[in-house]
Amino acid sequence: MNSLTRWQRPVLSTWPGFGRLTDLRDDIDRLFESPLTEWARSSNLLSGWNPALDLYEDKDNLYVKVELPGMKREDIDVSLHEGSLSISGERKGEEKHEDAEVYRAERFFGRFQRTVTVPASVAVDKVKAQYKDGILTITLPKTEEAKPKHIDVNVS
Amino acid sequence: MQTEPRRTTDGRPEQEYVSPDVNIVETKDGYVLEAEMPGVSKDGLEVTLEGNEMTLVGHRQNEAVTGTPLFRECKLLDFRRVFELDPAIDTARIAAKMDQGVLSLTLPKSEKVKPHKIAVN
Repeated sequence: MNSLTRWQRPVLSTWPGFGRLTDLRDDIDRLFESPLTEWARSSNLLSGWNPALDLYEDKDNLYVKVELPGMKREDIDVSLHEGSLSISGERKGEEKHEDAEVYRAERFFGRFQRTVTVPASVAVDKVKAQYKDGILTITLPKTEEAKPKHIDVNVS
Repeated sequence: MQTEPRRTTDGRPEQEYVSPDVNIVETKDGYVLEAEMPGVSKDGLEVTLEGNEMTLVGHRQNEAVTGTPLFRECKLLDFRRVFELDPAIDTARIAAKMDQGVLSLTLPKSEKVKPHKIAVN
C-alpha cells in the first residue's frame, strides 16, 4: 500500500561517522576522475568547513588566528572551557540570486567548529577577540604562574 | 646563504600566490563574483583589466603576529586569480566592494546585449 504522506527531507543521521563515510566514498570515486588539485580542494567534503587556524605564543600571551572571511560578528562564537578553546559559527549564504545561473560555487556555507587545546593556563576574564578583514584574532593573556620566570643566579 | 628567487622570463623575481575561492553567478543584468581573501582590506586589493582579462590580486595586510608559531595553517602568500570576461560585460561599470575579507564584484552587462521587448504597433 502506498502511503500518501508528504515527502520529507530525510533527517540527517546523528551518528557523525555515517555521513562522512558516504562522503569519503564519493571522494574516492571522484579521486579517479579528477586531477589531484581538485581532490585537495574538494576534501572539504570530508570534514565540512575547516577554517585555517594559527597558534602563536610569546612571553605574555597566546594568540589564535582563524581565517573566517565573510562572516557576521554575531555569528562567531568563541568559548573557553577547561583549557580548550572552541571557535564555532555559521556562515549563511545570501539567497539574493534567485533566478541566477551558478558558474562557480567554491565558497563553503554552513557551520564550522575548531577546537584547540590551550597549552598554558590563561586569565579567562582577560581574553580578547577581534574580527577584522575576515580574520579572527584571539589574544589569551597567560596567568602569572604560566609566564616564564627569570631567576637571577648570584655566583659568589 | 640566501637562495636566489626563481625568475620569470622577463627577469622579475617570480612571486607565488594562492588562488582565492570564488562564487560566480549570472543574472539577466550581469554577473556577480565573490572571492574569499581573508586578511585583505580595501587598500590591498588590485583589480586590473587588460582586454578581456581581469586579474584580481589581494595583498594581505595582517599585522605580523609576534611570537613563536606553535601551530600554523594560514598561508601568508598574496592572492591572485585571472578571469576571462564575457564580452557582453560593460567594463566601465564594474563595481567592487570589500567586506570582511570577501570581495564582491558586480559586472553589469551592457544595455545593448540585454534582452528587451520591442513594442509592436
